[in-house]
Amino acid sequence: MEIPESIKKRLTIPAEEHFFAGHTACQGCGASLGLRYVLKAYGKKTIVVIPACCSTIIAGAWPYNTLDANLFHTAFETTGAVISGIEAALKARGIKVKGEDGVMVVGWAGDGGTADIGLQALSGFLERGHDAVYIMYDNEAYMNTGIQRSSSTPYGAWTTNTPGGKMHFLEKRHKKKVIDIVIAHEVPYAATASVAFPEDFIRKLKKARKIPGPSFIQLFSPCPTGWRSPTDKSIEIARLAVQTAYFPLFEYENGKYKINMPSPKKEPKPIEEFLKLQGRFKYMTREDIENLQAWVLREWEKLKKLAEVFG
Amino acid sequence: MAEYKPIRKVVSGNYAAAYAVKHARVQVVAAYPITPQTSIIEKIAEFIANGEADIQYVPVESEHSAMAASIGASAAGARAFTATSAQGLALMHEMLHWASGARLPVVMVNVNRAMAPPWSVWDDQTDSLAQRDTGWMQFYAENNQEVYDGVLMSFKVAETVNVPAMVIESAFILSHTYDVVEMIPQELVDEFLPPRKPLYDLADFSRAISVGALATPNDYYEFRYKLAKAMEDAKKVIKDVGKEFGERFGRDYSEMIEKGYVDDADFVFMGMGSLMGTVKEAVDLLRKEGYKVGYAKVRWFRPFPKEELLEIAESVKGIAVLDRNFSFGQEGILFNEAKGVLYNTSARPIMKNYIVGLGGRDFTVPDVKAIAEDMKRVIEAGKLDREVEWYHLKR
Repeated sequence: MEIPESIKKRLTIPAEEHFFAGHTACQGCGASLGLRYVLKAYGKKTIVVIPACCSTIIAGAWPYNTLDANLFHTAFETTGAVISGIEAALKARGIKVKGEDGVMVVGWAGDGGTADIGLQALSGFLERGHDAVYIMYDNEAYMNTGIQRSSSTPYGAWTTNTPGGKMHFLEKRHKKKVIDIVIAHEVPYAATASVAFPEDFIRKLKKARKIPGPSFIQLFSPCPTGWRSPTDKSIEIARLAVQTAYFPLFEYENGKYKINMPSPKKEPKPIEEFLKLQGRFKYMTREDIENLQAWVLREWEKLKKLAEVFG
Repeated sequence: MAEYKPIRKVVSGNYAAAYAVKHARVQVVAAYPITPQTSIIEKIAEFIANGEADIQYVPVESEHSAMAASIGASAAGARAFTATSAQGLALMHEMLHWASGARLPVVMVNVNRAMAPPWSVWDDQTDSLAQRDTGWMQFYAENNQEVYDGVLMSFKVAETVNVPAMVIESAFILSHTYDVVEMIPQELVDEFLPPRKPLYDLADFSRAISVGALATPNDYYEFRYKLAKAMEDAKKVIKDVGKEFGERFGRDYSEMIEKGYVDDADFVFMGMGSLMGTVKEAVDLLRKEGYKVGYAKVRWFRPFPKEELLEIAESVKGIAVLDRNFSFGQEGILFNEAKGVLYNTSARPIMKNYIVGLGGRDFTVPDVKAIAEDMKRVIEAGKLDREVEWYHLKR
């Protein structure tokens, strides 16, 4: 479709496509949208490393490939190590990495492959300082294996191994703060992003390209299948996650914190607004909701303080 | 072609490996320390620090990541190397399959060390043999010279057939023991081993490629067949490369099984790695004492040299298989493999399995002589008393 010049000028999202129709993602999948934005931001000269996750399937079974980029599929826990090896090889071969015109090496892993089994390799990648970008698309459970809890699953969520039931066997721990673990490595650039705010996401991807060293982006990525949510509500849910401060957007750049909220003056909306659109939270009691709300506000205050002191 | 004048250096097995890595112009080394492998990666780091080697060195956080990073590097077109031992190799296990499945010619040195518990840092082949079915080629070095030569040849073979290769040396017996090694001048190594031409290149963006993607039951089977075929093809490549190595540098490796005194031997000792140095020494002495014995040193365990084994089996009455390893619930691994090869043939020598030297227990010339006595008795009796003998057992 030809985009009129008047509209083109206002677009900050590149019009070119490197993620094609015919992929096998579920309806309303945040991850497929996220990967599409990654390739829009980075273009064709991108090597994407995909561990075991939904994207293994989304990218297409052999001999098909939904993406117009070079893919290397790898084992679950190895994303950080494989992107390290690729970066080292490109450097050994004298091929420019990162920067405006260099090859982008991208790790694209889910929350299970990042927060759990892949945490060690992620840590190694970060502390060694490789020139690559690691994106954790966070759908808050092991969606590819059928909705089992990960350490990124939020408090009170139903999953197939925290099913609730009469014993109220729901997730009892708050979401692991992977980005805090990443920042503890003193990386040059780390950020949160959301598929509901693509301009912000693409800006962050482009920033990650410019800043030398390892970058990390945690992308909030709804999963209607696992979240028991309507397929046309993914963006709304992702937007509410930000508006309730459940998943605030911020950046950490060379020691400085910066909050990037769409309406910075507004107080966070009540957490119920985020919860009520998703079947996974329907087993929560009043007390559970209050508990989660208290955690969200505490973490939000903490982040505001960090941005105030280290802004 | 420049004239070959070897450079003689007194080095440990590990340093021999490190020199070979330097001479092979490896581009990426990703490694994690483990005794007794560490001095390989230390020496490589020293080469880099001295400006003697231009290598991207990735000091990873585990052996699993060492293999994963080597795989990434190899997929992105570089010549990649790593080294490990025992528990470290076991931790790599999953990724060994990934390297062969993605057809990446990574080369590694594994220093044979016993698996724990109980903790042991000494020689034992069970670590590498437990990786038998990962789709890696395996070369067992008898001495430091073979470690050096093995690394150079392995890169050439691996990059020809696009299958990864493991060069295996004994803990301490080779890794930390100094010996004269004839090294090859750099320009001659360069002639023998030109820069790698990758099967595919992640840095080529002229068309989008997807490596390691899901394959349905409709395709997976053919992927496996192609790997099986590549391993089979590797036999000829190994022999050709071994022959070329001999022609260029005077050390012939065209046989996958190195043989001695086989033609007129009643029985031969068969085994792998450094213990065969002891066997060869013992066989020379036994021959002088009138024993009609020979030896068959299996250099390449994968691909397995079936044809060469059959030839040996047809000419002898017995084979004493020495295994510095054990497959629990069964028998020594080489013994098991060798018996399997001969089942559908007319060759039926008496085969007895001697389990020796596990966990670094000394294996000496008198031990070989004692086994020769036992084997002689077995052949004279024409039947086995027991199939597997735990030779050193303190009864």
